[in-house]
Amino acid sequence: MIAKTVNQRAWFLVLPVLLIVAMNAVIPLMTVVNYSVQDTFSPGVFFYEGTKWYKEVLTSPRFHGALGRQLTFTAIILAIEIPLGVMIALAMPRSGPWVSVCLVLMAIPLLIPWNVVGAMWNIFALPDIGLLGFGLNYIGFDYNYTQQPLAAWFTVVLMDVWHWTSLVVLLAYAGLSSIPDAYYQAARIDGANRWAVFRHIQLPKMKHVLIIALLLRFMDSFMIYTEPFVLTGGGPGSTTTFLSIDLVKAAIGEFNLGLAAAMSILYFLMTLLICWVFYTVMMREEET
Amino acid sequence: MKGVKLSVVFVYILFLMLPIYWLLNMSFKTTNEILGGFSWYPKNFTLESYITIFTDPTWYNGYINSLTYVVLNTIISVSFALPAAYAFSRYRFMGDKHLFFWLLSNRMAPPAVFVLPFVELYSAMQLFDTPLAVALAHCLFNVPLAVWILEGFMSNVPREIDETAYIDGYSFPHFFVRIFMPLIAAGIGVTAFFCFMFSWVEMLLAKNLTSVSAKPIVAVMTRTASTSGYELGLLAAAGVLTIIPGAIVIWFVRKYIAKGFALGRV
Amino acid sequence: MASIAIENLAHSYIENPVRDADYALKSINYEWTDGGAYALLGPSGCGKTTLLNVISGLLTPSQGTIQFNNRNVTSLPPEERNIAQVFQFPVIYDTMTVAENLAFPLANRGLDKTEITTRVSQMLETLDLSTKAGKRANKLTADEKQKISLGRGLVRHDVNAILFDEPLTVIDPLMKWELRTQLKEIHQQLRHTMIYVTHDQTEALTFAEKVVVMHEGSVVQVGTPEELFNEPEHTFVGYFIGSPGMNILPVTVDGSHATIDGFPVSINGFYTPSKDARTELGIRPEHISIKATNGTRSPDYNELPVRVKRVSDIGRQIVIAVTLGNHTINLIVPEGTSVPEKHAFITFDTERISIFANDRRLSVASSS
Repeated sequence: MIAKTVNQRAWFLVLPVLLIVAMNAVIPLMTVVNYSVQDTFSPGVFFYEGTKWYKEVLTSPRFHGALGRQLTFTAIILAIEIPLGVMIALAMPRSGPWVSVCLVLMAIPLLIPWNVVGAMWNIFALPDIGLLGFGLNYIGFDYNYTQQPLAAWFTVVLMDVWHWTSLVVLLAYAGLSSIPDAYYQAARIDGANRWAVFRHIQLPKMKHVLIIALLLRFMDSFMIYTEPFVLTGGGPGSTTTFLSIDLVKAAIGEFNLGLAAAMSILYFLMTLLICWVFYTVMMREEET
Repeated sequence: MKGVKLSVVFVYILFLMLPIYWLLNMSFKTTNEILGGFSWYPKNFTLESYITIFTDPTWYNGYINSLTYVVLNTIISVSFALPAAYAFSRYRFMGDKHLFFWLLSNRMAPPAVFVLPFVELYSAMQLFDTPLAVALAHCLFNVPLAVWILEGFMSNVPREIDETAYIDGYSFPHFFVRIFMPLIAAGIGVTAFFCFMFSWVEMLLAKNLTSVSAKPIVAVMTRTASTSGYELGLLAAAGVLTIIPGAIVIWFVRKYIAKGFALGRV
Repeated sequence: MASIAIENLAHSYIENPVRDADYALKSINYEWTDGGAYALLGPSGCGKTTLLNVISGLLTPSQGTIQFNNRNVTSLPPEERNIAQVFQFPVIYDTMTVAENLAFPLANRGLDKTEITTRVSQMLETLDLSTKAGKRANKLTADEKQKISLGRGLVRHDVNAILFDEPLTVIDPLMKWELRTQLKEIHQQLRHTMIYVTHDQTEALTFAEKVVVMHEGSVVQVGTPEELFNEPEHTFVGYFIGSPGMNILPVTVDGSHATIDGFPVSINGFYTPSKDARTELGIRPEHISIKATNGTRSPDYNELPVRVKRVSDIGRQIVIAVTLGNHTINLIVPEGTSVPEKHAFITFDTERISIFANDRRLSVASSS
């Protein structure tokens, strides 16, 4: 491998991308920062408010609630999807004519518009005519996700597991199939049991893809909006109102610009920080 | 042992297919049958919902509008990303690593943060309620995605090929179009697929940047669900129709699904 | 340590093999004696890796049996055969240290801690890796990694045999020689039965006491390096061993008279090949002498008139390619020999000529 050559003119190749992304990212962010330090009583009249909105957001139980629910949701789906995805990838045959078919079938949920995912689960979980809702009630559970917070959470989590576990499966499977046969043969000769093979061969070789899977699932679940919005509308009450839903509610529903902007900035900084941590880990992993 | 493993895979796929089956089931039922109660399959099989979608302009225009901005976005994303990805895969330059991360951070930024400023920005540019506004807005996450995936593919092409071409007297644009692009044709296809897909599945921005004339299918669906008193059959049929394009195209990129989703890092 | 005997062994990767070509291994019988160092030599795709995997138990053969010390192990899995195998690419457990790697097979077999520690430190000593014991194994160089793979086998004292599958493929040329020498030393010290698969004749001939040459799924000859060089049993062996390989020329033989393209060649002994057999003469490049001519004199008896085609100086020797009719013949002469420019006469060393009928070596006064 030859080292990359230093060439400052490469900037010209990057420039178009820089401009289009900057237009979409920098200008809006500046607008948001602007709003977050001002207040208004009539259209077009703004005055400087300093950190008022930030203080309000940081001390508001509403924001704490949304953040808490968000973190809980992300933690739950990661705790389910990552191990489940790895388990299914391990159960997949290593080769054969059916592997492609299985992988393609598994990828289908990933390709469905997010509002359709919400609508689909909305229908699927209806207590009277949905297979899931009807089934649960039929076997004796009192289940109605539009009224019971627990049922709503159960449905939102199950929907996310349905929607995204395949991503983990696909990545883990890609990691597994890159392990040469010789490793498994050596392990057999060394008398390693199933657990030792997993612990010392499969897991280390999957580490790289699992970090990516973790990053993607963390970030995407952290900004989840459409699916729970369509399924539960954030309810019952505000029990499934996650950060994005709350933010859009404040910005577009209540038109509370200053508050929404301060929330946006805090939200954005959180994702930036987490993303940076993952990026650092990922790049270090790639170099070794 | 092998049987247990295969049944795990089977049960999982079954779990994935059930809600889709249910959507399909609903889409072939009449409204009366849907409201009539639980049933495993449509007893009065009907294509009524599909016929409505294909004949009512609010519905089919929704698909046309969606396809318009998705295709626009794919073209913009891939063509902007190609030279940039080449730069990242071949050269070191001032700020390259920071720039690469900055791109990623935009892929990871919550669209909810951008909704309101986007509405203002694209209104100011007189683009509000046009497919172009959505296409440009989706560049926020699709251009970085395209750069990352393409960079992954390009880094697998040995650098010696570039050098040989320059020695043979090719100019950069000539080399890039004649030699390099054919080499990463698969990568370009995969990138286009993923840009298409992520633009296709997004709703929040698409819905809020349009109102009447450019209303995408995802917005038509949510408004139907809330205003016209729960036309489940129509909603289901519309949903089924949004699944079909992805489900067909994915077969052609099946070898690269993991690579695409992993931002080219696998 | 054990002797390994295979009987009537054949393997096919196809489920219902019919034709001969369906078999990766065609009916083989052989016995490896205890403590020997063997090489399996042949080109890619000749079945040597298949044979190795059958011995180690990674593959179950389609037919035939394998015995270790007269015990039938044909259906035993690799972990119960007590063999060690070193693969083409170093297989190490990335997350473990060098010492942990070596301890792994012992820990899997439930040995107690102190026993493991002593054996591992002994093994580190043997492999010359003591200073790296605490290092993460993936930080080492390719040859050190291969030594760890080997060590994981050797550390088990009861190991029946050590199998090598082209273990030097990814090693730097300089280290290859070093590692091979170390292997030989370890063999002399521990006297394990070792089977070494390679397509590189130098590796095979320097490592092994006996070389098994394979060709298209069959064993064509088993012998010491000298035997393979001097008395190849098959044209393939003649051609494959040596650099350049043996010259194989079509010939007509009747008793002690041989002619190539009408030119008489004197041979030792009396051969009676059957009339319809395809007969060939084999002569090593080392066993041909060359003499200049101005192209006007006609050849003496036993001299073949040739044209010089190409001359390459390879250091202490010169390789000359000449043409006789439309056959190309290679010969090797010591440096300093005067090389004719265009026309020359060559003479074969009568003692060193082999005669083949249908690719098999004919013994003197036999018929095929």
